Amino acid sequence: MSAAALSVAELARRHAEGTAAPTDAVEQAFARATEVRAGADGLNAILAHDREAALGDATQVAQLHREGNRPGPLAGVPVVVKDNLATLTMPTTCGSRVLEGYVSPYEATVVSRLRSAGAIVVAKTNMDEFAMGSSNENSAYGPARNPLDPTRVPGGSSGGSAACVASGIVRVALGSETGGSVRQPAAFCGVVGVKPTYGRVSRYGLVAFASSLDQVGVFGRTVDDAAIGLAAIAGRDRFDSTSADVPVDDYRSLATESLTGVVIGRPREYFPESLDARVRERCDATLDSLRHLGATVRDVSLPHTDLAIPTYYIIAPAEASSNLARFDGVRYGPRAQTPALREMYERTRSNGFGPEVTRRILLGTYVLSAGYYEAYYKKAQEVRGLIATDFRRVFDSGVHVLFTPTAPTPAFPLGSRSDPYEMYLSDIFTVTANLAGIPAMSVPVGRVDRLPIGGQVMAKHFDELTMFRVAYAIERALGEDAHQ
Amino acid sequence: MGLVAVSEDEVRHVAALARLGLDPARIPTIAAELNGILAHMDVLSKVDTSAVAPVTGVGAAGTPLRVDGGNQYPLARPRDAFAPAMRDGFFVVPRLATHEDADTESA
Repeated sequence: MSAAALSVAELARRHAEGTAAPTDAVEQAFARATEVRAGADGLNAILAHDREAALGDATQVAQLHREGNRPGPLAGVPVVVKDNLATLTMPTTCGSRVLEGYVSPYEATVVSRLRSAGAIVVAKTNMDEFAMGSSNENSAYGPARNPLDPTRVPGGSSGGSAACVASGIVRVALGSETGGSVRQPAAFCGVVGVKPTYGRVSRYGLVAFASSLDQVGVFGRTVDDAAIGLAAIAGRDRFDSTSADVPVDDYRSLATESLTGVVIGRPREYFPESLDARVRERCDATLDSLRHLGATVRDVSLPHTDLAIPTYYIIAPAEASSNLARFDGVRYGPRAQTPALREMYERTRSNGFGPEVTRRILLGTYVLSAGYYEAYYKKAQEVRGLIATDFRRVFDSGVHVLFTPTAPTPAFPLGSRSDPYEMYLSDIFTVTANLAGIPAMSVPVGRVDRLPIGGQVMAKHFDELTMFRVAYAIERALGEDAHQ
Repeated sequence: MGLVAVSEDEVRHVAALARLGLDPARIPTIAAELNGILAHMDVLSKVDTSAVAPVTGVGAAGTPLRVDGGNQYPLARPRDAFAPAMRDGFFVVPRLATHEDADTESA
């Protein structure tokens, strides 16, 4: 039986008991990657791998256990991480030519924590360049493809990580979220995707895109796989002063609880007339299932939702235009060969960045420039306050979680969205959680024409525990229907 | 907001601020794309935010200010393992010839 056919908890247990070998799990992950053609000639989900290092780590995990060390919750479990997380033996390119071949001199805290928990990092995954995109089509190394239908996108920007979990290479993967980059690909690929509360997880070693929004996220084949993955990386990190000093709950502790007493809000703005009827039907059917488990479902309103995309696409590019200034041929990036300073900067950057990154840097620089700052950037910050207040009011009214579709449609065909703003609208139901800083996750709730649909659970700041309680209940209530 | 369309000259100006070299032939297309995107932002100008403070971040809870001092970040390899070259403990980098374009710097 393939290691990825076992839950993370079961595989780690077998490794801890000594009834299975971590090296076998790693070999099976590589064999599966070959079988599903995860590389550039197929799904293009993987940008780099290091078989030797992975097998060495697996051997070490087994050795540590034999020497009497307590095995971690991910003992010998193969994982993949998005290519904007710093790793020591594989390059960290962010899906960009400007970082081609770059190997970090330090390791991201989330990668260190996964490894400390026993996980074996087997590969780096494809992504939209600098995490800017909703389809993975903006990768400088070509688009990743959806394992369920290779003519369609896996979602973005963490599309490669979602594809690796969906195709059975690994059970757990890391991605990053700025506006939905874990939840939306999770929905498109039929897996679980978690964006924790802003500050819940260290960003040390995550290449910055938009610093007031960025957060590392987790993919899991199941809710429990994702819960184990998040628990391993969550918590304060002295190397990231924006990581919160808030205790980490046991996200698995309410896995089998009923939903008696839980109030679920159904925000009407997330179920507009224009919503794909099949998506609406699946989400409402899920809410019916949750009522049967004891939850109370209440219609609520988040009145500033329609302002979220314009707000996000001012704030995120503005922050990106600043963060990406470092890729200039001096601090990072292959220096263009020209003696003049300005020309060197300009040629290095234009050689290194793709069209969407260029577009967002220009947009961000424009909204921050003299004459436009007040009208665009400051205004967007104020509207962000209104959006955050919407959530606070609903949660203060006694609602524990909100339930919505994760994305307005299933995965769309590669190359079908050429208008930038049309692509931005893919994030319409996810950017709000980033703007408000609250936790949110996507859980499979069924399929339409064989394509997965995700349902989104959002909760109060640092209340991942209740969010997981409801996600476990959804998975339990829907059973196999979640994947049919 | 949205009252003035982004002109091709403004695209050149913003590109210079962002240190981006643009193919001149692409500038009309980029101007059209930016105008297309910014048209969707006009909706914000109609929102009354007179009673709202700008939100610059959402992470204040649980993130106390750290000590005002530099963290020692651990490196997996010594500096000379990844520096292009080192001399006397300093990085040696290629010389940039001049600052001859300083006069054309934009504010």
